[in-house]
Amino acid sequence: MTTPSDANRGAGYAGAGSLPPADDSEQVLLARLRRGDDDAFAIVVRDQGRQMLATARRLLGNEEDAREALQEAFVAVFRSIASFAGNARLATWMHRVVVNTALMKLRRRRCRPECALEDLLPRFSEDGHHLEPPCPRSGRPELDLQREENRTIVRNAIDQLPATYREVVLLRDIEELSTGEVSEVLGITANAVKIRLHRARQALRTLLERTFEDRLP
Amino acid sequence: MTCREFAEFLDAFLAGTLPSEQALAFQRHLAICADCIAYLDSYQRTMAACRTLRGEDALPADVPEELVEAILRSRGGRR
Repeated sequence: MTTPSDANRGAGYAGAGSLPPADDSEQVLLARLRRGDDDAFAIVVRDQGRQMLATARRLLGNEEDAREALQEAFVAVFRSIASFAGNARLATWMHRVVVNTALMKLRRRRCRPECALEDLLPRFSEDGHHLEPPCPRSGRPELDLQREENRTIVRNAIDQLPATYREVVLLRDIEELSTGEVSEVLGITANAVKIRLHRARQALRTLLERTFEDRLP
Repeated sequence: MTCREFAEFLDAFLAGTLPSEQALAFQRHLAICADCIAYLDSYQRTMAACRTLRGEDALPADVPEELVEAILRSRGGRR
């Protein structure tokens, strides 16, 4: 579960320096939340909860886990609202809380066995040529990504990545956080984010190509 | 440039962050290497495949009411 300190770390998230702090109406809402106003909490859950639930669904890939993550995130928000400094928008802070909660849930979750990353990266001969030439496009069926079945294939491929790589793909390519934001969330350098993302995409490429091969007649 | 180097710097090339001299070497390699053309194509399609998951869970119209109630109960307020 996200702890209040986790939640507070979100106060500087998503370019808090470039985003305006809470406006007057948000300050009023914040004051009501800090007073423990039940109606204010209901407003926040209904308003911010939609975006937070969408985020949890994207990161976790199933409804049950997403709902649990949303509940856990709000518990963290309720516990730490009094100490929220208000130097970022409430929505930004709460988004960070649900991202952290979903990531912790992902790490706890037992999923299919992860593949070793090295087995999924391209291999080269001593003189630097591809050892396993990539299949040219003309040799493959198109993957119709509008089909639910094929999106599930992509999702399953992401789930097979080692956790540290899966998280970067989810946050950068699906949740669309910037490199800097991912760096903050994961506590790694921006350069490490870029390297992990590139390797994760290379590994995903291999997993998807293998899926194509399996499906060829 | 070798295929290994091509694959190593592919992401930076696509992001437009390679120095111009290296980007030129990249283009030259791409002009003569069928394997790397195929690799680049499948890499870009992998990125596109990930992007399709972005819209998978569009903003819900509402948080389901039973979930709202459960969240508010967990706060221990009057509701």
